[in-house]
Amino acid sequence: MAVQQNTAAKAAGQSMIELRNVNKWYGDFHVLKDINLEVRKGEKVVVCGPSGSGKSTMIRCINRLEEHQKGQIFVDGMELTGDVKHVEAIRREVGMVFQQFNLFPHLTVLQNLTLAPIWVRKMPKKEAEELAMQLLARVKIPEQANKYPGQLSGGQQQRVAIARSLCMKPEVMLFDEPTSALDPEMIKEVLDVMINLAQEGMTMICVTHEMGFARTVADSMIFMDRGQVVEVAPPKEFFANPKSDRTKLFLSQILSH
Amino acid sequence: MTADVHGSMSGSAGGRWWGHPRARSLIYQIGAVALVTVIIAYFAHNAAVNMARQGIAAGFGFLSREAGFEISTTLISYTPADTYGRALLVGLLNTLVVAAIGCVLTTIFGVLLGIARLSSNWLLRQVTLWYVEIFRNTPLLLQLVVWWDLLRISAPGPRQALQILPNVFVSNRGLAYPVPVGNEIYIWMLVAALIGVSLTILMARWAKRRQERTGEQFHTILAGCALILLPPLAVFLAGGAPLELDKPALAGFNFKGGAIIGPEFAALLFGLVANTSAFVAEIVRSGIQAVSWGQTEAAGALGLRRGQALRLVILPQAIRVIIPPMTSEYLSLTKNSSLAVGIGFADFVSVANTEMNQTGQAIEVIAILMAVYLTISLAISASMNFYNRFMALVER
Amino acid sequence: MTDITHDVSSDFVEPRRGLVEKASEWARTNLFNSVLNSLLTLVIAYGLVRLAIPLFNWAIVDATFSAPNDTVCKAKGGACWAFIADWANFLLFGRFPAPERWRPALVIAIFVALMLVSSRARLSGKALLGMWAAGVAVSIALMFGGFLGMEYVETDLWNGIPLNLLLTIGGCGVAFPVAILAALGRRSRMPAIRWISIGYIELIRGVPLITVLFMATVMVPLFLPSGVTIAKLWRAEVAFTLFFGAYLAEAIRGGLQVIPRGQYEAADALGLGYWRKTWLVILPQALTISIPSLVNTSISAFKDTVLITVVGIFDVLGDVNNAMNAPEWRSAYWEGYSFVALIFFAVCFYMSRYSQRLERSLSRARPGPRRN
Repeated sequence: MAVQQNTAAKAAGQSMIELRNVNKWYGDFHVLKDINLEVRKGEKVVVCGPSGSGKSTMIRCINRLEEHQKGQIFVDGMELTGDVKHVEAIRREVGMVFQQFNLFPHLTVLQNLTLAPIWVRKMPKKEAEELAMQLLARVKIPEQANKYPGQLSGGQQQRVAIARSLCMKPEVMLFDEPTSALDPEMIKEVLDVMINLAQEGMTMICVTHEMGFARTVADSMIFMDRGQVVEVAPPKEFFANPKSDRTKLFLSQILSH
Repeated sequence: MTADVHGSMSGSAGGRWWGHPRARSLIYQIGAVALVTVIIAYFAHNAAVNMARQGIAAGFGFLSREAGFEISTTLISYTPADTYGRALLVGLLNTLVVAAIGCVLTTIFGVLLGIARLSSNWLLRQVTLWYVEIFRNTPLLLQLVVWWDLLRISAPGPRQALQILPNVFVSNRGLAYPVPVGNEIYIWMLVAALIGVSLTILMARWAKRRQERTGEQFHTILAGCALILLPPLAVFLAGGAPLELDKPALAGFNFKGGAIIGPEFAALLFGLVANTSAFVAEIVRSGIQAVSWGQTEAAGALGLRRGQALRLVILPQAIRVIIPPMTSEYLSLTKNSSLAVGIGFADFVSVANTEMNQTGQAIEVIAILMAVYLTISLAISASMNFYNRFMALVER
Repeated sequence: MTDITHDVSSDFVEPRRGLVEKASEWARTNLFNSVLNSLLTLVIAYGLVRLAIPLFNWAIVDATFSAPNDTVCKAKGGACWAFIADWANFLLFGRFPAPERWRPALVIAIFVALMLVSSRARLSGKALLGMWAAGVAVSIALMFGGFLGMEYVETDLWNGIPLNLLLTIGGCGVAFPVAILAALGRRSRMPAIRWISIGYIELIRGVPLITVLFMATVMVPLFLPSGVTIAKLWRAEVAFTLFFGAYLAEAIRGGLQVIPRGQYEAADALGLGYWRKTWLVILPQALTISIPSLVNTSISAFKDTVLITVVGIFDVLGDVNNAMNAPEWRSAYWEGYSFVALIFFAVCFYMSRYSQRLERSLSRARPGPRRN
């Protein structure tokens, strides 16, 4: 097993996710350039930036939906390598919510939630269903448990997707533009669930343009552009006093209307 | 078709040349290859033992031995004294001829049927619908046998032959038709036609450029027809309009002179065309329907006339939808021509079958069969892919 | 005669009036000349009447429904259904021992019932699979016999329609798992696995079924160790299985191709491994989507089974050919072929309508889940 204990990170005691000089190319296109990032346990990080800036790619590298080609990524002190079992182990600890929800259309809401606990965590079915119902209550749609995803609204589907990830009791949650595919009136119900989650102390990395949400929950803001981390700052400072011109331009564009 | 690269990050993530997934996938692959190799080796070993016991000499030497059986329809000269190899070639040529003529006729007939399926005429739609349903839902072999019997038994004898066109006779001996007596004028007519075709292509380019430059439109189709048809006609007339025909005439119990298409060949051709056209019709219908919905409206909203919309918007897109399934219909027509074995037409498979029974060289004959059909299939796929890419480039 | 002519033509004239109006209505909107269209209608109607009257006369008016031989039929000039009546048992069951013919008859009944139930009742995939597997097992047992006082019948005597049905369902059934593996293999990232799958699929799809049949009937005996023999029927079944497998694999691949990437990613993100992801998330969706093309492939398979006559095993078409060798029915080939055509048409038409219905309901159901 190529699992390496990162003793330094363990010593700090807090580091959940760490990226060191991570680089990634799509062919000739350099998507991620020397990304360095550390997320401590319980920390909430909001990543923003123009489209094509590499922010989605970066968080998809963290659970290896994409492979980085250079540098190191540590999750909970374990280095992410190509090893199959190892990748699966890390994915169990890292929940992910997608822009397009990606619920399994052939399964009911309840089955969507219990699938991974039963097959990956080897949880007894009854226990998994109890857990699933608790989580559905937490995202405020327990009454939809036996419907199919196609019968739910976008906002409801996304809340089911969050609950599905939580079912694996992850240490970290990744959100990849969770509200971008939603109609405006449904964004709030999803953000409310995310704010709740943040208040309960979940470690979160969110790629989003919801700046209101960022102001409320973020411990730090990250601005990415052209594959680089341009600016890292606490939200107050980030919004009031951005240092880089690129950040200023971006903020003026998304906050102007 | 390129293999898709969906998901499966955990299954076999490549890329990292040192990680475990690489090793894992290597083990799986070596295992699979080894399994296949062992199975093939086992079969090969058994085959070698069995053939040695039966005293069959492996190898393709039999191809140069004398065949000794008759073939009724031949394109190249063949007698029973010729070799097995030549007999196979005769069969192959027969298959290729049926396939080539069949593909052309099927395209024409199938496209017409497909358009008729979309006609605004209810009766025409119903008739074509039931044609399609009947031919698609019964076995092709049965259809071929019926065509064969129709031509062989139900058709009148040569003495009562039906003259469907002047000097064209249908009888249970097949279709007898006149052929023009060779004359070098015909070659010059062909040359003139080819020149006409190239002039038409040039003219189409010129017309397109002029239309782009000045906006003026040109009657390309009309002018093109004239360019292709008139020069050969002129040559024909200038050459004194030689119209000497070798006409079929009844002599004894059969026709002499002209050319004759045997009932087996005709049954196979009719059967294949009638059957495959039904499938092609559905492809054409759904291809046009797939495109026309919003596109017709959009084209109409831009003020294009219906004919223009069809020519500039609908058909170019429909063709792209139609070509891939059409390719597989051409392929299946070619492969289905092997059913000739059921009605006694000497196609490639029936010749091969005869040779297999006579020589016992089953493995060799079947290897040749498969290799040849695969080559034909690949050639058709490749040319259609080429055409598809060409269309995609032209339309873009 | 004249009465009939009058009846038939007036039948056609009545609705046609409405049609011409309708046609001219369409014509205006579709920029078609209404004169042309009504002319077309007239021509087709005339052609149909010209075709329908002799056909009707042949099939009904002048037909003979019971006679000892075809001389009576020839005298009347119409269809000789007496041949079918006389030989019905042989046409359907071939040389299966006469007192035991209730067994193949039961097999036909089982398959017809399975088809009706599958297409009418809304059953889960598992229930359907179990039902068909049980049906095939019971059918094979019935055909063999040798238990419960049933006489043992060797496979050479399994003729007629039950053979066509068994070859189709048995062949497709065994081919199905092979097809799933080949379809998955073709999309694998491992080159060796991918090329083996492609090799199998394209080799088989590139050659005619008849060559695969020849290969199985002639070459399989050579490939087996000396002393081991397999009945011709099973050798043919191997060919059908190999052949159907390649086509089913392509149908399944079509389903796999339209599963959105997000489904794979979501399964990955949950930590499901390759096989669980495939089995629990991807295949259930892909197979559902490919049901219509799987049904269509089975329909072609059913029609293809008549090719078995070419290698000397007598299915229903072979039976008809054999029956027509009987000297007293020499001229009854149209009747025999109509009989076979009707059976195939009924089954294939019914199943293809079912598949079209499924396709429509799937494409209606899809837009919701597809948002994923």
